[in-house]
Amino acid sequence: MKKLLVSIILVNLLAACASQKPIEPEAAAPEPAPVVEAPAPAAAPAPVVEVDPLNDPNSTLAKRSVYYPFDVSAVQDADKPVVQAHATYLSEHPNRTVRLEGNADERGSNEYNLGLGQRRANGVKQMLLLGGAKASQIETVSYGEEKPRAAGHNEAAWSQNRRTDIKY
Amino acid sequence: MLLRVLQSLAGSLFLLHVSMASAELSIEIIGAGENQIPVAIVPFGGDAKLALAIKDVVVSDFLRSGLFRMIDAEGKSPHEIAEVSYPDWQARGAEALVIGSVAVQSNGRIEARFRLLDVVKQTELAGQAVSASEGQVRAVGHRIADLIYEKLTGDKGVFSTRIAYVNREGQHFRLVVADSDGYNEQTVLSQNQPIMSPAWSPDGSHLAYVSFETGHAVVYIQSLYTNQRKLLAGFSGTNSAPAWAPNGKQLAIVLTRDGSSQIYLIRPDGSDVRRITFSGEIDTEPNFSPDGQYLLFLSDRGGSPQIYRMPAKGGPAERMTFGEGANFSPRHSPDGKGFVFNHRVSGKFYIALQDFQTGQMELLTEGGWEKKPSFAPNGKLIMFASEARERGILATISSDGRVKQRMFTRSGDAREPVWGP
Repeated sequence: MKKLLVSIILVNLLAACASQKPIEPEAAAPEPAPVVEAPAPAAAPAPVVEVDPLNDPNSTLAKRSVYYPFDVSAVQDADKPVVQAHATYLSEHPNRTVRLEGNADERGSNEYNLGLGQRRANGVKQMLLLGGAKASQIETVSYGEEKPRAAGHNEAAWSQNRRTDIKY
Repeated sequence: MLLRVLQSLAGSLFLLHVSMASAELSIEIIGAGENQIPVAIVPFGGDAKLALAIKDVVVSDFLRSGLFRMIDAEGKSPHEIAEVSYPDWQARGAEALVIGSVAVQSNGRIEARFRLLDVVKQTELAGQAVSASEGQVRAVGHRIADLIYEKLTGDKGVFSTRIAYVNREGQHFRLVVADSDGYNEQTVLSQNQPIMSPAWSPDGSHLAYVSFETGHAVVYIQSLYTNQRKLLAGFSGTNSAPAWAPNGKQLAIVLTRDGSSQIYLIRPDGSDVRRITFSGEIDTEPNFSPDGQYLLFLSDRGGSPQIYRMPAKGGPAERMTFGEGANFSPRHSPDGKGFVFNHRVSGKFYIALQDFQTGQMELLTEGGWEKKPSFAPNGKLIMFASEARERGILATISSDGRVKQRMFTRSGDAREPVWGP
């Protein structure tokens, strides 16, 4: 009885194997891909792709320079919203760090201008701290008059060089 | 070396305009001293090539000083006193005559002997041997020029001194040390980041300077013999304005590590940092007095950049400059009696002098983009940064304002000059 059972099982297995004989791939046109109809997903919210506001050219954060009148180091009213925007950004993104580079026009000794650039950068730092940034996120340096953006003994050049740059 | 001499009379003033090209500096001389001493130099006997080289150096040194008028020595070649015919030189208008001999020793050393003769009194004013190692013929010439200069003017010569400056070409910066006539140029640092404020150690062996190579201003001290350098100060923020004490054992520098630019003392190895100003504003450009007791410095604590003086070890500061305008970059005169500085008024920069006793400011230049004055070691010449032909140049002016030089580097802008010891 057992022998018959085994035989029947074996025959069935053989038949199964036979029916599962691998099909020789045909050089002819491939079979049409099976159309799978997946059930439509439930109305889930579209995935959110985070756009870093730093990369938005229309954002206030796109402004990365603060300008000054001659011999002045305090942030001017016109630039306060810019500095505040960066302060807010830094407080919301504690992993972000920023380097403030202070500059001056050429109308002083090179060393005095180095000090003036540093005082300008420090002033921006103070405002960032008041606006919620952490000191560990901010580095301040000065280039004095050594890296002017514009050359020339005139106010058009000087006004461009009296500046603190905010660099991420 | 090309020597082109133009003379023009302007009223009763002789305007001597001389141009000469050296290895890297093209030098123009304008003006003349109140009394120009007529001197004749006979090429030395012995090694003809060395003799000509020595004469060239002495002549160009004398012309650069503006204090001498060269008398032609053509056709005469006395090398010993016995060979000198004084009437010949009196006829040519000379008041002083230089003769001598030069030879190369078996060990390669150059040995020269010279005599300085008073043509009018027919006496010897000086006679000396000067020697140097092989290849140092310019040093021999400068030394002889120094000795003659001292004998005839009463002041120490500075022909054997060196200068340091920064040459900028586009984004490329080079810190250069050279003889004061531009020869024997040595590049101390070459990079694409700014270099500022070179400062000579009192013995001339080291240069402190500010470099931006790490992204912010830090101070290095570099040996001019080995080219090895060490970071003196690299605190966060700005490290700058190094100034050596006359005994070479400490420096004053400016750090912003505590907020604003303040003055600190520091040892040459970077240790023992002590803060000595506490204004909370911008205090910078410290400069030691020759006796090491005082510092002159720039501060805007009073509302505008002005010059102050304080004890070098710390203490209350006394304001030195008043009146209209702003004042920067003070440097003591070598005799300690006054200082040179930069005066800015109505948009122009001037080189100015002030005597400690009178407190009176005297403008030395006509005004323009003139910055960073420093004295030659004899206190008779001042070098500063200026502009001409739309380039940054080095300029010198005699302390009486009469003799001026403009020095053009081969290309680029020369800036941040400082006279060495």
